[in-house]
Amino acid sequence: MIAWTIYVTFGGALLLLFLPHFLARWMALLTTLTGFAISLNAFFDGTDGATFQTIVQLPWIRALGFEYHLAVDGISLTMCLVTSLTAVSAVLFSWDVEERPNEFFFWLLLVVGGSYGVFLSADLFLLFVFYELVIVPKYFLIAIWGSTNKEYGAMKLTLYSFFGGALALIGIIAIYVAAGGQTLDLQQLAQIQFAPPFQRWVFPVLFLGFAVLAGIWPLHTWAPTGHVAAPTAGSMLLAGIVMKLGAYAALRVALNLLPLGFQIWSKWIALLGVIGIIYAAGVALRQRDLKFVIGYSSVSHMGFVLLGLATANALGVGGAVLQMFSHGVIAALLFAVAGRMIYRRTHTRDLDALSAMNLSHALPFAAFSFVIASAASMGIPGFSGFAAEITILLGTWKSFPVAVLLTGAGMVLVAAFTLRALKKTFFGDVRLQQGRVLTDPDSNEQSAISAAEKWGAGLLICATLAAGIYPKLLLDRIMPAVEAMRFLKP
Amino acid sequence: MNYFDLLRLAAPETVLVGTALFVLALGLWQTRAQALCSAVAAAGLLFASSAVLMLPPQASLFNGMLVITPLVSLFKIICLALAFFTVILARQLGSRHHGEYLALLLLATVGLMLLVGSEELLVIFIGLELTGLSLYVMAAFDKASVHSAEAGLKYFLFGSTASAFTLFGISLVYGMTGATSLAAIAPKLSPMTPLLAAGLVMTLIGFAFKVAAAPFHLWAPDTYQGAPPPSAAFIASASKVASFVVLGKIVLVGFGPAQGAAGWHAMIAGWSPLLAVLAALSILVGNLAALAQSNVRRLLAYSAVAHAGYTLLGLVAGGRDGFSATLFYTTIYAFTLVGAFGVVALVRHQTGGDDFVHFSGLRRRSPWLAGCMAVFMLSLAGLPPLAGFFGKFYLFSAALHAGANYSLLWLVALALLGSLISFYYYLLVLKVIFVDQNASAVTPVRIDSLQRVSIVFLAAVIVLLGMFPGGLVWKISSSLP
Repeated sequence: MIAWTIYVTFGGALLLLFLPHFLARWMALLTTLTGFAISLNAFFDGTDGATFQTIVQLPWIRALGFEYHLAVDGISLTMCLVTSLTAVSAVLFSWDVEERPNEFFFWLLLVVGGSYGVFLSADLFLLFVFYELVIVPKYFLIAIWGSTNKEYGAMKLTLYSFFGGALALIGIIAIYVAAGGQTLDLQQLAQIQFAPPFQRWVFPVLFLGFAVLAGIWPLHTWAPTGHVAAPTAGSMLLAGIVMKLGAYAALRVALNLLPLGFQIWSKWIALLGVIGIIYAAGVALRQRDLKFVIGYSSVSHMGFVLLGLATANALGVGGAVLQMFSHGVIAALLFAVAGRMIYRRTHTRDLDALSAMNLSHALPFAAFSFVIASAASMGIPGFSGFAAEITILLGTWKSFPVAVLLTGAGMVLVAAFTLRALKKTFFGDVRLQQGRVLTDPDSNEQSAISAAEKWGAGLLICATLAAGIYPKLLLDRIMPAVEAMRFLKP
Repeated sequence: MNYFDLLRLAAPETVLVGTALFVLALGLWQTRAQALCSAVAAAGLLFASSAVLMLPPQASLFNGMLVITPLVSLFKIICLALAFFTVILARQLGSRHHGEYLALLLLATVGLMLLVGSEELLVIFIGLELTGLSLYVMAAFDKASVHSAEAGLKYFLFGSTASAFTLFGISLVYGMTGATSLAAIAPKLSPMTPLLAAGLVMTLIGFAFKVAAAPFHLWAPDTYQGAPPPSAAFIASASKVASFVVLGKIVLVGFGPAQGAAGWHAMIAGWSPLLAVLAALSILVGNLAALAQSNVRRLLAYSAVAHAGYTLLGLVAGGRDGFSATLFYTTIYAFTLVGAFGVVALVRHQTGGDDFVHFSGLRRRSPWLAGCMAVFMLSLAGLPPLAGFFGKFYLFSAALHAGANYSLLWLVALALLGSLISFYYYLLVLKVIFVDQNASAVTPVRIDSLQRVSIVFLAAVIVLLGMFPGGLVWKISSSLP
């Protein structure tokens, strides 16, 4: 059933090209909502989630032994759920796209469909096809509908993605050849014990290739520029879904297929993860552009994911998956507030300019959403960020005790830049406040938050609260799947 | 073996030569009957392909001078199909000498079929020359344009020099081994003398020129840019496919024992390291030079150099898998390039040029053309789900599989680096088409429906071959001995 998320999304995308303009957004909403319904249904379907359960398996390219093979376990289900959530709210937050709407939603749905594909693939070749499929739509989304420095940002992001893909492809081909050139089926490959010297050189290539998309330091620089340049829905998809593709593929492919290589390199991954957390948080503290703050915060949060993966124990990896879900929702909400609610009305993202506007009075709903998202982002108990990060840190304590101390310092920085952004944006200096929102006199932008925005934000807020208050809901699906992975330390 | 057998086995070539002469006469008699000439040429090509289909599956005449195998038949049909699309492209040429042009095109196709269908160095050389001479004239066909004359002249000068090298090489090989048939050469290569080595290298130079591999690529940019678009398309596609088929046969069948090895720390002298160096140079030179271009045809020319490099990878790897990957890649590359040149030809016809400026905002002028161009460019860049991606995957996996202990990894990594560079400039073309807004040029591109259908058809082929490459791969690899 969950395979239909892929078909529905791509079908909707193709159909969009032939629809009249005014129907485009409704079609996109219908498509993403269907995907959401299917994912939600599959998530609560009662399967245990531990086994990587085949749902479709058809021969595809017989000459090389590739199959059209889809399978799910708890991790895939969780990722599909966050994909569909983010997709629905991304469509709701692009309700006002007037320029070439059909194309816009076409590319948007391609990103979503490709992501479902990656999360459900059980054949490495198929996974990589979906993985690369997402690259070009990102370029067009940003280069055509983006803002600040959009062509530069789009090109940088696309080239980084392609670079990561090329690195990963070397690893994939090497695995294909080492496994005898007969199959790239993940379940079959997981049975094979590759030779240690082989794992030692292939693992870093493959892992780094995927981790580029997860924003690993020092290859993270595409993320802030790309996020800033992208249109709101683009930033939401990038932060909410695309960065997860890298982390998910690293987990599913690099870690699980090459456990010995992973053992050799895991401390370096942890090191890069910790550097990413602290460095990005420090940089975010100095940004003047609200979207840059959020962009760097994404890199910082993805550092937690990498750290969690590097621990190689069930708690850490499970936490990493939970963090992927949590960050997907939180980052989407943050970008929605910054890019759509604030920027569309004030036409500035400069923190100093915003602090003179008294936005908490003018846009109370935006302030409310941003406070919630910030709280979740800082890791305040009761929100998903806390549940995820505490799990990761507990796991890290077992593997790298020093890293926990460093990360603790990083979390203080995260709290600092989040509070700074929150204060400057909504609760600015009272003496400077002019008591009104600066709107562009030329545009007929309505100051009130529209219903579409409220629905989109509400959806994300519910998700982060649900995962924060009752993380067991997700962990019940995630943990059995994580425990079935073969690279875990006993 | 009597002449009737020869005529029967060479039926496709015979049909084409007859058609060529008929079209030539028709063009002389009626200078305005362009549509009629095209129709006759197209019919001749279709007729020839059906003649290919009716050939026996296996045959060999005169010691391998004319060979028929499933592989040969397949690639004859591919050459005919590419010629067919070139005929459609050529409809827009608007020359008074349309009959002559089509006759030359058909003769060039006959040359390609000889190339593909022979395992004997002399006939291969005759095929090379027949193709070459027809193509020189086709490149210089636009008499009103200086650039076309330049294209023809450059192609001719480089081409004739390369042919001289090849002929000299063949004579050396014949002198040392006493044979011109590929199968007979192979066993006599074992004591490798310096003179024989010189012969091998010289023979290969001619083919390196044909496929535009660096450093024998210098003709390509000017020819691709200056020649009439259909000629450039044909030079870039069909001529290249046939050259790769015959190059593969020569090195793998004829020179098989002298393969050597191209591994990073384990180079052994032979043609394999030679081709590896050519491939590496082509990938670097082609991609880096393409970065600096602002003319779409010139960009395609430099990228063609790079693609020749990727395609050579399969031959470097050698073996059945490698050859099969090379053939698959060159086939899909040819179809992609014919499509891309088709789009260029239409844009040029409408706007009078093929610089980036002329493509600006093409999306608004003709969404169909823009969409097809996106498919072609992204396939060249090697993105799924398009055919170029699978082609590259197949090539690289064959290369990595070939050398023991991943010794060809250096070449694969270089090729992937090249793909990364190429992705940038292909994306630039798409940026011009989809992102740039050019207010001054909003006149929609008028396309005659036949050309539109054929370009959309080619784009669909590229997408379908990308999603379901299994059939063609199976067809190629099962027809290899």
